[in-house]
Amino acid sequence: MKAPISWIKEYVDVPADVTTDEITRRLTMTGLKLEAIDSPGAQITGPLVIGRVLTMEPEPQKNGKVINWCTVDVGDANGTGQPQGIVCGAHNFAPGDLVVVILPGGVLPGNFAISERKTYGHLSAGMICSTSELGLPEDDDGIIVLPSDAGEPGQDVRSVLGLDEEIIEFEVNPDRAYGLSLRGIARDLAVSVEGATNFRDPAIRDTPAANDQGHPVVLEDTVGCPVFVARKVTGFDPSAPTPSYISQRLVAAGMRSISLAVDITNYVMLETGRPIHGYDADKLRGAIVVRRARAGETLTTLDGTDRTLSTEDLVVTDDSGIIGLGGVMGGETTEMGESTTSILVESAHWDAVSMFRTGKRHKISSEAGKRNERGVDPTICEAAADRVVELLVAHGGASADPGVTVVGTPPEAPVITVSGDKAALVSGMEISEETAVEALRAVGCDVTGSGTLTVVPPPWRPDLTDAQDTTEEVIRLVGYDKVPSVLPIPPAGRGLTRAQQLRRRFGRAAAAEGFTEIVTFPFVGESDFDALGIPTDDVRRNALRLANPLSNEAPLMTTTVLVGLLRAAARNVGYGASSFGLFETATVTLPTGGVAPILPVDARPSKEEFAALDAALPRQPLHIALVGVGEADASGWWGEGRGVTWADAVEAVRAVADSVGLSVTTRGVEMAPWHPGRCAELSVAGEVVGHAGELHPKVCTALGLPRGSVAAEADLDVLIEHAVHLRPAPTFSTQPLAKEDVALVVDETVAAADVEAALRSGAGDVLESIRLFDVYTGQQVGAGKKSLAFALRFRADDRTLTEKDTSAFRDAAVAAAVAKVGAVQR
Amino acid sequence: MSGPNNDYDPVEVTPLKAEELEAARDAALVAVAAAQDLDELKQARLEHAGDRSPLALANREIGALPPQARKEAGQRIGQARGAVNKAIAERQAVLEVEHEERMLLTETVDVTLPTARRRRGSRHPLTLQSELIADIFVAMGWEIAEGPLVEAEWLNFDALNLGPDHPARTMQDTFWTEPAENHVVLRTQTSPVQARTMLTRKPPIYIACPGRVFRTDEYDATHSPMFHQVEGLVVDKGISMAHLKGALDHFATRMFGEGVDTRFRPSYFPFTEPSAEVDLRCFVCLGENSEECRTCRGEGWIEWGGCGVVNPRVLIACGVDPEVYSGFAFGMGIDRSFMFRHNLEDLRPLFEGDVRFASAFGTEI
Ligand SMILES: [Zn+2]
Repeated sequence: MKAPISWIKEYVDVPADVTTDEITRRLTMTGLKLEAIDSPGAQITGPLVIGRVLTMEPEPQKNGKVINWCTVDVGDANGTGQPQGIVCGAHNFAPGDLVVVILPGGVLPGNFAISERKTYGHLSAGMICSTSELGLPEDDDGIIVLPSDAGEPGQDVRSVLGLDEEIIEFEVNPDRAYGLSLRGIARDLAVSVEGATNFRDPAIRDTPAANDQGHPVVLEDTVGCPVFVARKVTGFDPSAPTPSYISQRLVAAGMRSISLAVDITNYVMLETGRPIHGYDADKLRGAIVVRRARAGETLTTLDGTDRTLSTEDLVVTDDSGIIGLGGVMGGETTEMGESTTSILVESAHWDAVSMFRTGKRHKISSEAGKRNERGVDPTICEAAADRVVELLVAHGGASADPGVTVVGTPPEAPVITVSGDKAALVSGMEISEETAVEALRAVGCDVTGSGTLTVVPPPWRPDLTDAQDTTEEVIRLVGYDKVPSVLPIPPAGRGLTRAQQLRRRFGRAAAAEGFTEIVTFPFVGESDFDALGIPTDDVRRNALRLANPLSNEAPLMTTTVLVGLLRAAARNVGYGASSFGLFETATVTLPTGGVAPILPVDARPSKEEFAALDAALPRQPLHIALVGVGEADASGWWGEGRGVTWADAVEAVRAVADSVGLSVTTRGVEMAPWHPGRCAELSVAGEVVGHAGELHPKVCTALGLPRGSVAAEADLDVLIEHAVHLRPAPTFSTQPLAKEDVALVVDETVAAADVEAALRSGAGDVLESIRLFDVYTGQQVGAGKKSLAFALRFRADDRTLTEKDTSAFRDAAVAAAVAKVGAVQR
Repeated sequence: MSGPNNDYDPVEVTPLKAEELEAARDAALVAVAAAQDLDELKQARLEHAGDRSPLALANREIGALPPQARKEAGQRIGQARGAVNKAIAERQAVLEVEHEERMLLTETVDVTLPTARRRRGSRHPLTLQSELIADIFVAMGWEIAEGPLVEAEWLNFDALNLGPDHPARTMQDTFWTEPAENHVVLRTQTSPVQARTMLTRKPPIYIACPGRVFRTDEYDATHSPMFHQVEGLVVDKGISMAHLKGALDHFATRMFGEGVDTRFRPSYFPFTEPSAEVDLRCFVCLGENSEECRTCRGEGWIEWGGCGVVNPRVLIACGVDPEVYSGFAFGMGIDRSFMFRHNLEDLRPLFEGDVRFASAFGTEI
């Protein structure tokens, strides 16, 4: 809401020494938040002065146009006192007139800099201005001719034109609907600014009594429309101009000047907060009936849009059918236009919820709707209508019709009971009952009783409905700045949960492995899954779809953290990074497709109801994903670097799992987006937690990553579930260690992990450790074969192992490998 | 090695004379002293104290002397050999030190060579800042609560006094999911975590909930469809706005330094009443001589977040008796706090995934 300060002051007396800053500070502290202070001339700089036209020579041009070569007295404003020569294309003025002149060096709105320039054979030094050039409401008159008493030539013209007017912009919260009117702002100012007095309510006026000569109105739905006032004027001059004080104020308030009749309804809306609708009375057919729309009914609204109505929409009808969407927007058929001479003024009160729903349903956001859906004073319908009539008569030459229709009664204000000490308890500061009562009365409440107060809020405060509302009002008036600072003392806390502690370890482990954390958006599209080569029947394609995504390219909530991570990796490559590691931890969304019930809000939902909410939500496990590009170890003066391999991806996940005491087992699988022969399925405690390996070359190409880039993704919730909590202290045997190395030849397709498991199973309890230390393929072992060399370490708890013992264990281990994986000892 | 001379022949054997012995000893001492390195010393030792050296040979002949001469000869030769061995040992020690020094000198490297063989990883500054915030509240005795990002509409709105027809619902531009009848949204605030906590625990409740939230804001320098918030909720007996102010002042001081407190400005939020916007005293200028301050742009205060006394309607919907308990809640942007704390003008680097961004912060902020 924007309001010129001079307009506000029309309704309240403010001491001269109270600055605009002080006014806005006080209004902000009581709830009307200052957004900005602007002025219409803010974009005009430099000398803008009154000029008196001395001479004016019309000079016809070859193009048929006639320009005027003028000399203008601008006093001393040009530094010389000599007349200023200016070329002007307009003709609506004469020598002797006072005009508005911007001199060279000045700047007009739109960053239009004025300088001396040669034109039409003259040196034109400045410009005689029109309203539109100054950014003021346009009129058709051409350049501005000031009244003869406007001032002396050379005098700054800003104050004359209201260009230096301060316009305050307020942020109006939903509970401050009254702030959408000058009436409300001025009233708040009178209450909150010290020294401000004599609030003059523009909605208090003598209105003619209702009679039966007015336009007939029937309210079929008094919940949706409890009050409807109709007034009529005739003999209106549709060509009458809008007085400049109205158009200037409309523009200052951020609205457009359209026509006198429309401007007046908008002006009264700004003044009183009550939206008004005007019908061309000659286009109305019979009685007005307000009702809900029927299924399938349609209406073409003023904005030219054909709308199919809902049975919840409130409509205004006459014998011709629907003529307006009540309280939201009028219809085309009864629209006021250039030939309108009779006007029916509608000032009706509408149900706020219904207004909100209709506005939302039809995506109509209007100044009227904004007020009606927040709540308007229901008692001022007659006053507002009367004010409109007054202005139509005053500025449009119209006559007020004697008919006055008033149908319905305004809804009653709620009666609130509140304990006299509630404001003190809620605020934590001393607020006496007297102070509370005083504050409530100041905002217009009727307060009775003591100890327990009975409060009836004023009709312009539909937001005050319960004791908490009135309490907030009291504390604001006492002042938020007076609330003391008292640290609350909780009972002993339990610190971070175990899961919270473990989650911190994952990131630290990944960072320690050389990966840098990033944060990306979870929004993806099918094409992202395509780029990753994820098959159409893959479960990861089952993603939650957003109804209103920011981009149609990315309407899904991702099921894998790899999408954002790999895209980011490609961006880094694009920025010239050649070797880097990235990781991200984020929840993924795995839809289950349940319905989350809308529960009542008047009591705690049952355990079952709450469980139903949770059950309806998608599974959202926390994942970690890593990507490595380029070298794992850098090359340098020390020698060659080491390119990243699938093993680095596995190793990183091992480190992450190890941070919570878990070891990972691996198995070769085929899985997008990995290389079909270089992807490890990772398991912990027998449960699959994720995958790691080298990315598929096609995926690298599709994303713009170097071939050989590696990646991993793992479910951290599973790691947390299996995390080792209490670890027993280890015991060591002090007996000597016995070493045996074996080399086994197996088929290339046999997994090393299986060979190791076989050896382990055969070696028995005294096997302390087993480590694969070499893999060989080549002629010596033959095609399709590989040789795996293992270091076996044996140690008994209770004795020194003999050579005989050790070789027996080794042979048993090898025998198991022979039996289980077809190994042959080299 | 020659054994004792059993073929005793006193005539043919003549032990060194005293002068010859002295000469041999002196020659040995000179040679030892002249040795310039360990190799030369070794040479001198072999020559003058080795098995074939005159002194060794003389020593070997002692047994062949007549018994009466043995003692005297043995003493003379022993003294001479002792002097030579001592000289060798001393010289050896000196030369070894010299050798070691030369060796270390030749092994010297340029330690200014780069050593960045393994790349360093980093954590994201927003993660670090969230942990910092969590630690502040844990230190106050509060607990950290969490909830899902894809949330039930009822928990994100209705339970928080944001009924279907509440105008404020349109203030928060919500991502809705399909199908609409499932009533599932991307949470627009971390407040549903507060509702969850009240629904599953009995007061007293002292929790902070840092987390990720979503709004349908176009992505630009100051807006992001995904950002991070931290909200706090206290529900206990006798809780007032003064406690809210106390908690926020403490949080501000722990996060931004001594002397940084907060102020309230009236505002409106459906889930709190009274509601306030909370400003942070500028932690750079502390509100003094702010004109030049770039952090607060001369205001002395920085907009930090929203807060208020929990609306009794929210307590009722979450099963807390407002006649017994009252509470306060607050919320602020973690990203925004990070931006003004670290002089970041454009938020997009937070979400672009450029490795250079997080790397710049290392592992702590
Ligand atoms: Zn500052």
